[in-house]
Amino acid sequence: MSTATSTTTAAALTDDGSGTSRRPRRQQGALKRSVLLHALSLAILAVALYPVLWMLVSSLKPTGEIVGDASLVPSNASFDNYRTALAGIGGVSAWTFAWNSLVLAVLSVIGTVLSSAVTAYAFARIQFAGRKVWFALMIGTLLLPFHVLIIPQYIVFQKLGLVGTYVPLLVGKFLAAEAFFVFLMVQFMRNVPRELDEAARIDGCGHGRIFARIMLPLMRPAIITASIFAFIWSWNDFLGPLLYLNDPQKYPLPLALRLFVDQTSVSDYGAMIAMSVLALLPVMLFFLVFQRFLVDGVATQGLKG
Amino acid sequence: MSALQTGQPRDVLSAPASPDYRRARRAESRTGYAFLAPWLIGFFVLTAGPMLASLYLAFTDYNLFRAPEWIGLENFRQLFDDPRYLQSVKVTLVYVLVGTPIKLAAALAVALLLNNALRGQGFYRSAFYAPSLIGASVSIAIVWKAMFSDGGVVDLGLTNLGFPSEGWVGDPGKTMPMMILLATWQFGAPMVIFLAGLKQVPRELYEAAAVDGAGSMRRFWSITVPMLSPVIFFNLLLETINAFQVFASAYIISGGQGGPAGSTLFYTLYLYIRGFSDFRMGYASAMAWALALVIGLITLVMFRTSNAWVHYSGESK
Repeated sequence: MSTATSTTTAAALTDDGSGTSRRPRRQQGALKRSVLLHALSLAILAVALYPVLWMLVSSLKPTGEIVGDASLVPSNASFDNYRTALAGIGGVSAWTFAWNSLVLAVLSVIGTVLSSAVTAYAFARIQFAGRKVWFALMIGTLLLPFHVLIIPQYIVFQKLGLVGTYVPLLVGKFLAAEAFFVFLMVQFMRNVPRELDEAARIDGCGHGRIFARIMLPLMRPAIITASIFAFIWSWNDFLGPLLYLNDPQKYPLPLALRLFVDQTSVSDYGAMIAMSVLALLPVMLFFLVFQRFLVDGVATQGLKG
Repeated sequence: MSALQTGQPRDVLSAPASPDYRRARRAESRTGYAFLAPWLIGFFVLTAGPMLASLYLAFTDYNLFRAPEWIGLENFRQLFDDPRYLQSVKVTLVYVLVGTPIKLAAALAVALLLNNALRGQGFYRSAFYAPSLIGASVSIAIVWKAMFSDGGVVDLGLTNLGFPSEGWVGDPGKTMPMMILLATWQFGAPMVIFLAGLKQVPRELYEAAAVDGAGSMRRFWSITVPMLSPVIFFNLLLETINAFQVFASAYIISGGQGGPAGSTLFYTLYLYIRGFSDFRMGYASAMAWALALVIGLITLVMFRTSNAWVHYSGESK
């Protein structure tokens, strides 16, 4: 948008009064173009956001009126579906599922941020033997399909008697297994001026103190970005809990949703969609509050969605 | 803990080859490995170890309860005789080869649209990105299933437009387009990356080309595409690998079975069924390695051919 204004001012500046009639016409053309582009963007946006709006509106409709009703204005809105959804399923309340999701997500964030930051500091700031090799291997795990790992990992956790606990879902988070976050933080640290830690080193600070006192506070933006993504990925994760959890009392929301789909009759979309909305609510709130961090994180690091 | 605090004064480091210097280097290395320890443990216990273990299991018959029995290449031979396996390969390849280009084309088109110095670009960018954040969730899979079910809103819309339509979820011929639409709906993440790339293209290039009389198509193919090619390559690689790994949506939409008629039997879903419903862990490991090899091969081909079409400006890379 700044370019648009600068071109018009540039046009106005070069227009030294010789063609007074050209300026308005040119502005008119720019206006027409701008209206056209906005109309196109808004049309695409309407299609893109329709499923989300339809979900929100449908959650307020009686089950019988959901499928086959395309309108975004419910004729008789009520929160009945939410009441059914919150009652839970199989004797487990929806709040339990939400609490489980929250516990998993918060622990994931803590583990991911701590372990990725420490690992990234080693790669970005410490000159140790074999650094390049390890870094290349770390990047290599970015391209590794997770399927190769799930079966042996499952076998190990099964032998250790950890299936049915949260340990298999969290241990990787505390060991910086998600290379995306390490990479994100390495990239960020590389942009922190080296003079800062070199000054601290001359004053006798070791790496431990430089990391904790200088680097961590400076990394706030990277930590926020990593935290949001770690939270949302954990919150939306389906395969992990599906593999490792078997007691509904321990289910996070995505598994509870599957239980809902399996146990309610196919046509009872009302409660299912209300539950879906509840399961997405924190993600949507995160998005509304932190969208800048999320989108900039994607733009600079190419994080997957 | 002491390793963490062995910060060496800088003047020691500036005297190479002295014993002090070597001692400082060793201390630095120790500190490095102390910091790297969590990741190293994770790498060996959760990545490298399991990789080797699954490579071994791929050559065994193993059901989690009996000891693995070495059967050589039998699992791999069986893969080629397994009609459901071949179906899962077909489904996944169609999804990757058709879905990914469509998704990237949508992403690039919208990025080009938004790059037109549009007021409120930040708003559009965020709004288009939103589906990428939720698209792979169970919630959206349920919504998708409802929207595409028989007599659902998609049927309604198409029928009103003059294309009678009777349900997508139950029609084996229509589930793939439905899944590809779900993937395409999440075009926001690659779009944001494209947009960041477009901002790097020097404006003078377009101005010079416009002065030389190049039309907008010409400018697109001769400036935008070559200048954007590293970003296109990056997105293509990332989205291809992601597409191979689709799971939750396929699981929810097909009720975990890959139906109707195996039309949503994605590779990951079949691997899950084989490994965790049938407990054929050896067979599933063979499947996992076959997939890893294919993805590795595709990545290699992409990198090898990238010299021909990916243009790095500035650095002679």
